[in-house]
Parts: sequence; structure tokens; C-alpha cells
Amino acid sequence: MPAYQVFNRTTGDSFTCNGDQSVLKAMEAVGKKCVPVGCRGGGCGFCKIRVLEGDFECGKMSKAHVPPEALAQGEVLACRIYPQADLTIECVPQPVDAVVEQATRAKQTTTRAMR
Amino acid sequence: MKKGVMRPGHVQIRVLDMKEAVEHYTDLMGLIETDRDVEGRVYLKAWTEVDKFSVVLRETDQPGCDFMGFKVLNEDTLVSLTQDLKDFGLEVEEIPAEELKGCGRRVRFTVASGHAFELYADKEYTGKWGVTEVNPEAWPRDLGGMKAVRFDHSLFYGPNLPEVLDVFTNVLGFHLAEQVMDPDGNRIAQFLTASMKEHDIAFIHSDKPGQLHHTSFYLETWDDVLRAADLISMTDTSIDIGPTRHGLTHGKTIYFFDPSGNRCEVFSGGDYTYPDHKPVTWTADELGKAIFYHDRQLNERFLTVLT
Ligand SMILES: [Fe+2]
Repeated sequence: MPAYQVFNRTTGDSFTCNGDQSVLKAMEAVGKKCVPVGCRGGGCGFCKIRVLEGDFECGKMSKAHVPPEALAQGEVLACRIYPQADLTIECVPQPVDAVVEQATRAKQTTTRAMR
Repeated sequence: MKKGVMRPGHVQIRVLDMKEAVEHYTDLMGLIETDRDVEGRVYLKAWTEVDKFSVVLRETDQPGCDFMGFKVLNEDTLVSLTQDLKDFGLEVEEIPAEELKGCGRRVRFTVASGHAFELYADKEYTGKWGVTEVNPEAWPRDLGGMKAVRFDHSLFYGPNLPEVLDVFTNVLGFHLAEQVMDPDGNRIAQFLTASMKEHDIAFIHSDKPGQLHHTSFYLETWDDVLRAADLISMTDTSIDIGPTRHGLTHGKTIYFFDPSGNRCEVFSGGDYTYPDHKPVTWTADELGKAIFYHDRQLNERFLTVLT
């Protein structure tokens, strides 16, 4: 199976990915953390990236996270793409969820109160 | 069960690929396929469940949960609860009998968090799977994978938790068993039950409506949870967290994902509750420990990865 190089332009990381391996799986296998890891099944949208250069094959992904207009701009989920050439990718910013925000705020409030 | 809602009855889960999904829920988790319908939906049940199905899989291009259904005592209860839901101001949709094969008429409504729920009184009684009704053996010998015992609860993320609490407690007769409160007195998580179980359904606050966090299945022992973890490794299934213990409910648990990214849980143990129990309260500053009792850290993936 041919191996390709994946370069993450946002973080400067690069790693090797086989043609039958998802970009996310290859990244996890070498212990890199340059793309957020979510469900690994195309459902949650956590590992969304933009492919700037290079061909790839694409598995099934949730339309809620990758609608056709996003796909047309190279937005995909790293857990569902399989490189067919060297890839250059970049990260797509994630919205922060309210619960994490609230809990972090609560923790800060408590820490302040204990001083 | 104050108002006649007995228990969680079914959940319909959307999957990207039916073949992969069926393998996950049967071969890995040990559910049993009981039927398929003309729309291509697949019906599954856990072996101790007495009705025909508890999980329905539907193939589409967006994973998540279509609805969760609760079984009520009888037709009279269904009629009166339907009126109560209408009086509360909710729109109620009638789903005819046999729209899901083997299930009687269902009454569907969507609560303020954006999640659809159903009530129904009748479903084909097929009995526990693999054991006889009279003088039953302890368990069937030909169960697969994790040997899930029953569909236990679902956890949803969405807004307007106070309105949701109002419907579930005041209209449907659920009891608030556990909660997480933020410093301003807002309830950011609510665990509700119609039984003695610490939750039949739970909600966590999120601005985005209608999201599924996980579907959960009961296992008998901590050893079974460990064995489930072994199977997750053997099958290279996407793991989330565990095996570990929750602070909330104190259940022993492991989380993993189905091939479409829907989170599943199998767990054992957990506290019990009666209607005279005050809600167990966790504070938001201890949310890390409330969720994962050993790690005691906020886990971003667990809190934000949803379908
Ligand atoms: Fe759970």
C-alpha cells in the first residue's frame, strides 16, 4: 500500500499515512495531536479539516457537518479521508460548547472564592 | 411512575451505513436482530427485554437520534397523558399502529430542547430472548459480544432545560434524581427517572438543540464492563473513555462510538432512587469529578462530541 505525507499547515506537523488508512488514524498512530479527535466515525464533525492540496478518497460523513457547499471547498472530516497523494491540510476552528464554558467559569469562581 | 409512564421503550438511531451499524449493535454489543421493514429500518432488542424491539436503526446521511419512546401502562393512560401534553401547550403528533412493526399507536411530541419523544401503550410481547417463559435458565448460551442486558437510558444535549424538566416531572411524572448546578443556580444537567434507576433519561445544557450524547445499555457486573473494553480493543472500535466510574449516578462505565459516530455506553451498578429522595447535587466546579470520578478532569471530547 503506497504511503503519503500529510502536512498540517496550521500547526506545522507532518506524518505518514497509508492509502488505506484515514488521516486521523495515521495521526493518532504516531501520537500527534494536530487535529482534534472525536468519534472517528464521520458523525460528530470534531476532526474537520480543509484539504488545500492533494487527492483523496472520502468515506461517508454527516451532512450536518459537511454539507455539499463545504465539501466543494475542500472541507472534510479527517477520520473519513484516505490519501491518494501527498496532502496539505489546515485546521478549521471549532465552536466552543456552553457546558465547557460554564464549568470552566464555575471553577474560576470557586478558585477565586478560596483565595 | 406517578403518571403511568413505565419505562424507556425504544430509541431510533440514525446511521450512515446500515451493514456496519448492524454489525456493531449485534456482533459487538450483543443485541439481537428481530425484524426489518420496507423502509430498510432494522429492529433490535437486548435479550432480557420482553417486547419485540428497543433499538431501531435508520440509514441516512446525518447520524443522531430520531426519537426516544416510553411505554405507558395502558391505553387509558396514553389517552390521558396525550391530553395533559396538549394542555401543557405541546403539539402532539399521532403515529398510527404498525408504523413501527409490532408497535401500537404512538403519540409524538418535541420538547423545548429540540428532542422528539413518544409514548405508546402496546408492543408485541415476544418474551425474553433465548430463555423459556416458564422455568427459565439464567441466561441464553448463544449471546454475542458484550451480551447487553437491556436498553437503559439516553443522554441528550440541548437548550431550555427548565421547560424540559417541567414537562417530564409535572406532565409525565418523572422524578429528578440527580442534577448539576452552576454558581448562578442554573441547572446545567438533569437526570430523570420514572423508576428506581438513577436515570431513565438525562439532559445536559447546550445552546444547540436536538443533539444526542449517548445511548446506554446495562451490563450485569464490573467484570462485564472490563470484558466490553477487551472486545472494543479486539475489534479496533473507536473508544471514548473508560472503563471507569461516574460521580453522577456512581455507575461503572465505558464509552465508545458506533461506526457512524453515535456514542454508546455500557455500564453496571449505579445508585437507586425513590420518589422521596432529594435530588443528588453536583456543583459545576466539580463537573470533572461528577462525570469521571477517577480522572477528576474536564474531558473536552466527552462534553462536546455529539451527533
Ligand atoms: Fe449514561
